[in-house]
Amino acid sequence: MAARLLWASRVASYLRISTFPRGFASVVKDLKYADTHEWVKVDGTSATVGITDHAQDHLGDVVYVELPEVGTNVTQGKNFGAVESVKATSDINSPVSGEVVEVNTELNSSPGLVNASAYDDGWIIKVKMSDAGELDSLMDSDRYAKFCEEEDAKH
Amino acid sequence: MILHRVRDGLPLMNLVSLRAVPILQQLHLEERLLRSSSDNWCIINDGTNRPNIVMGISGRPSELIDLKSVLRDRVPVIRRFSGGGTVIVDDGTIFVTFICNKDAIPGLQPYPHPLMSWTGQLYKDVLHGFGDFHLQENEIFLYYMYASLTVLDTYFTDYAIGSRKFGGNAQSITKNRWVHHTSFLWDYDIKNMEYLKIPSRAPKYRSARPHVEFLCRMTEYVPSRSTFIERTIASLGNHFSVKPIHQDRVIDPSNTLHSSSKLLTRQELEEAYSSLCEKLHIAAISV
Repeated sequence: MAARLLWASRVASYLRISTFPRGFASVVKDLKYADTHEWVKVDGTSATVGITDHAQDHLGDVVYVELPEVGTNVTQGKNFGAVESVKATSDINSPVSGEVVEVNTELNSSPGLVNASAYDDGWIIKVKMSDAGELDSLMDSDRYAKFCEEEDAKH
Repeated sequence: MILHRVRDGLPLMNLVSLRAVPILQQLHLEERLLRSSSDNWCIINDGTNRPNIVMGISGRPSELIDLKSVLRDRVPVIRRFSGGGTVIVDDGTIFVTFICNKDAIPGLQPYPHPLMSWTGQLYKDVLHGFGDFHLQENEIFLYYMYASLTVLDTYFTDYAIGSRKFGGNAQSITKNRWVHHTSFLWDYDIKNMEYLKIPSRAPKYRSARPHVEFLCRMTEYVPSRSTFIERTIASLGNHFSVKPIHQDRVIDPSNTLHSSSKLLTRQELEEAYSSLCEKLHIAAISV
């Protein structure tokens, strides 16, 4: 049984599909959030960026992540890549400006990490920030949780 | 804050009616309007000039197309900017594309499922009375070697009459806008379907049927192409104030700004074919 599940997991990765169950939408304290549903974890001038649990839940199973190249410049609020789910590509927008210093190449073989581990193993890029002051325009976890509730209530 | 144009209480939608425009040119136009316009648009292209294979953004040629015959017959292969599967399009295909601001439809969330539900309902209205049209619920299965199935996702997406598909769609969603485009099989050449492989990620209702048993032609159900097109425009009129725009105002083949849809080169296809043959331990036949 275990061998069969391992085989199935490898096949799923090869076919770029996720078999992981989706969790309930959650937020993580100490992260900052954009109104386009990306999160950022700051460590000095380094920022790790991904999409939130709310986003992955609404998008569905992610089957492909279009990653930028290392060295690319990103701008706050502008798209830098995309995810594919349910026959749709959806832009990923950067919550901060700076230079991409690392991309999560694991997502090439396991795009479902964005669904299964949105705030951890599903990170997308790491950025050397050019303006830490931009973080002031982002939401904290409480404000973001409320933002999601308000957005869902409107529809 | 962006103020969107409104007429008679409905948001404006520009309508561009095309005939036999090359599909790559249509895709470039769509991306350009998605990224650099703040208006709502409907593009209708009644047929395209020659057969083209069009894959989604993550499409891998070796998995989706019969490379040997595609190389032999020099069929163009395009990777488009939206998600989804692979189609072969020609002059029997009718394309309908909506490009909208995210707040154009009250209460509609700009995510894949809600968008597909809304457009599905629109086409249900368009095709009311012509055959048993419905949105086909897809349970996407992963088929294991040992015939064990796992349901990956369930959503409504294909347009079908009975159990036969006549339209497939895909989407692209940005911060403030979205595109939903559909290729409708008004008619098709059975021979062209042989260029496509049956995808490994397939909906349950397909039941491993080959293309010719899985698809149907709209011409068998709808009186004419113009009937379908006119009814689509009329249905749009329930949600938008539709304003025809002459294609000369938008078509610009030299403008490839924002164009990520691309034609795969012969070299790329040949490399994919060689790699596939290597993997399968078979000799690559020169085509």
